[in-house]
Amino acid sequence: MSPHDVVISGIGLVSSLGEGPDAHWRKLVQPGLEPVLEAARFSPYTIHPLPDIDWNLQIAKRGDQRQMETWQRLGTYAAGMALDDAGIKGNDDLCTTMDMVVAAGGGERDEAVDADILAASESRNDRDVLLNEKLTTELRPTLFLAQLSNLLAGNISIVHKVTGSSRTFMGEEGAGVAAVETAAARIRSGQSTHILVGGAFQTEHSDMLLGYELAGYLHRGPWRPVWQRQGAEGGGVVTGSGGAFLVLEQREHAISRGRKIYAELGPVVSGRAIRRQGELDAEIAALLSQAALPNGELLTISGASGAHAATAAEKSALDANPAIAARGFSTLTGHMKEAQFPFAVALAALAVERKAAYPAFDAATEKPFNSVPRTVLATAIGYHQFEGMALVNAA
Amino acid sequence: MANLNDHMGRPIVAVTGIGVVTSLGVGKADNWAALTAGVSGIHPITRFPVDHLNTRISGMVDFLPSSSRGASLLTYDLAEIAAQEAVAEAGLDWGDFGGPLFLASPPVELDWSERFSLYNSDKHDAGAERLLRVARGLKGLDVFETTQFGSIADRLADRFGTRGLPITLSTACASGATSIQLGVEAIRRGECDRALSIGADGSATAEALIRFSLLSALSTHNDIPEKASKPFSRDRDGFVLAEGSGALVLESLEAALARGATILGILRGCGEKADDFHRTRSKPDGSPAIAAVRAALADAGLGEDEIDYVNAHGTSTPENDKMEHLSLSTVFGERIGSMPISSNKSMIGHTLSAAGAVEAAFSLMTMRESVIPPTINYDNPDPAIVLDVVPNQKRNAEVGTVLSNSFGFGGQNTCLVMAREPV
Repeated sequence: MSPHDVVISGIGLVSSLGEGPDAHWRKLVQPGLEPVLEAARFSPYTIHPLPDIDWNLQIAKRGDQRQMETWQRLGTYAAGMALDDAGIKGNDDLCTTMDMVVAAGGGERDEAVDADILAASESRNDRDVLLNEKLTTELRPTLFLAQLSNLLAGNISIVHKVTGSSRTFMGEEGAGVAAVETAAARIRSGQSTHILVGGAFQTEHSDMLLGYELAGYLHRGPWRPVWQRQGAEGGGVVTGSGGAFLVLEQREHAISRGRKIYAELGPVVSGRAIRRQGELDAEIAALLSQAALPNGELLTISGASGAHAATAAEKSALDANPAIAARGFSTLTGHMKEAQFPFAVALAALAVERKAAYPAFDAATEKPFNSVPRTVLATAIGYHQFEGMALVNAA
Repeated sequence: MANLNDHMGRPIVAVTGIGVVTSLGVGKADNWAALTAGVSGIHPITRFPVDHLNTRISGMVDFLPSSSRGASLLTYDLAEIAAQEAVAEAGLDWGDFGGPLFLASPPVELDWSERFSLYNSDKHDAGAERLLRVARGLKGLDVFETTQFGSIADRLADRFGTRGLPITLSTACASGATSIQLGVEAIRRGECDRALSIGADGSATAEALIRFSLLSALSTHNDIPEKASKPFSRDRDGFVLAEGSGALVLESLEAALARGATILGILRGCGEKADDFHRTRSKPDGSPAIAAVRAALADAGLGEDEIDYVNAHGTSTPENDKMEHLSLSTVFGERIGSMPISSNKSMIGHTLSAAGAVEAAFSLMTMRESVIPPTINYDNPDPAIVLDVVPNQKRNAEVGTVLSNSFGFGGQNTCLVMAREPV
């Protein structure tokens, strides 16, 4: 234990299961919990939809809410919860010195405008002119700001006054891994005392599904738990809307404020397997080795997406270590892309803090874990590229 | 023996390779010749029809084979060409860089040409439903990869043999500076001896142009394209959308000297501060930009009187140039009237995600060549902005230190301080 350790002092979570760390804990410790599914709206794809959210609770001004689409609102909301949880929200001194790393994709396009242009393209050969004609007249001017990747962070600055620094990392799950890894490195090296880090994903939009389906990654047909989609129709990924933000803090900074500490964030490791050259198995093994796993039973919060190849590789690596008891939370939340790794770290921290393990999320595949988890592993093996893991230790 | 650590005991970060592509050409030599001759790269748009568009000019890079093949491919090529020049100059192995990659690049979306082609390859259903159905029948990953935010960096990592998980970032128009800052920080933390920082932007599509137009951000001075970008002028009316790339090989001074590399300059300090005022406008008192400049100076260990030249963000929008003047005059006081401050964007336009990296490359060359590139089109000075903008003609001057500013939508403010010599 050192004063420069990185600790987790705030958690904000939203998923189809509800909002907040407590609500997630209460749900997730129920054995045999059924996922919240929406199978009709985007058929043949099943998704895990957002719960009802009262945006006013974290985004006080209606004007701010109007400037955002759901993705930015969701991230700003989850970020506000994490700040509240850490006792930072509304504290000017802490907010103006707080750093921020957000993992982001892009925001929602205007589906009606796009559909209109596509429909017109069937009878027009001058499609480039058509595009100018429609976009110049039909696009809402401020929609651009709701689409820009770095404007989730921008909105967090505006709504929650976090202004120490603001960086946005892009690149699916890897962005979430790099965000947590970089934030932790900044605290360990003394470059920062407290950092807001996380991301959000809003899947209830056709473009967000298209981002997976252009490579056939989405699972089709009846829903199955994340580990049981090999060989089923489609590519294995079931997506979910959600967000996860963490307040990472230097231990002595958190202690001097008298804050509750959920857990210590141990090693964060990341990699880039060249998967077409068959490097994924070796990369996962290398990350497990770099993470310096403790002896004894190890609860593992897996961010496995369900994507067939990546999930099979992760499962076989985890199964190969008899000490590991994995919990694939995508079974219950769906895959949340950029938010996946921060979500995994948050669930790991909760288990450490509550001194209890989650029951199997998929009793047919996941084995029981009977000890008190003092260290929990969190993973995110990207559905297409990039890999990362972190160890979360008792505070 | 040179001092290898800075005023805070951190490893000094040297630049050992520089690469650049803009509408003025490929590589440092062509760009520098044009930039110091006051040549503009702004030209009429030919990549797509300009019917219905209020802005019909840009600083697009139109001379690469991938220039008309979509934002993702062009951004990759721009990044690769600049990085290749930088890595070659650094004398490093082209396929085994041996350090991390930090890429500033624009957010990606499925290009309209692909949307049209997918949609019209089928007749069933309509709208998004049809696109999804066609998508799941696609063979190959080419279209898919243009929609993945991590794919360009992934390809670059393959190409240059960079280490570990590459970081793709966006801080809007400050992205290029942030990519350099991340490299500097990784070296200072001792995580690596060298880093490859790239800013690349090939995203000047019709939709991008229209989006900026709808926010009234772009110049509509279409008649004489090379005159449209006029930073700090009274009749400035917006920025000119442009493309380009800049790449730096960053290295700890110790590692660079140990392998006998030529030191091209020093990345002495980085500063940033987010603005919580508005999504596109700065806080009226300029305090976040002021704080970013001061943070960069403090990080560099330099006083306000130790900056020789400012490479301005200077976008040519009414708002930016006014606020940048306010910020600089607050930090530098009366001295601001006699400090040379020029805007490369007067010639190359605003290269968005690449701008901070492109302008860092030009800042380093300014010091090495002892020549300050001018701010062109400075014919009607804004009387409210009293600055020595190095008007219209280059200036020979010894420049030992440069401040380079980058400000972006979403309250992004990032400043870099560079120096010619280690101490």
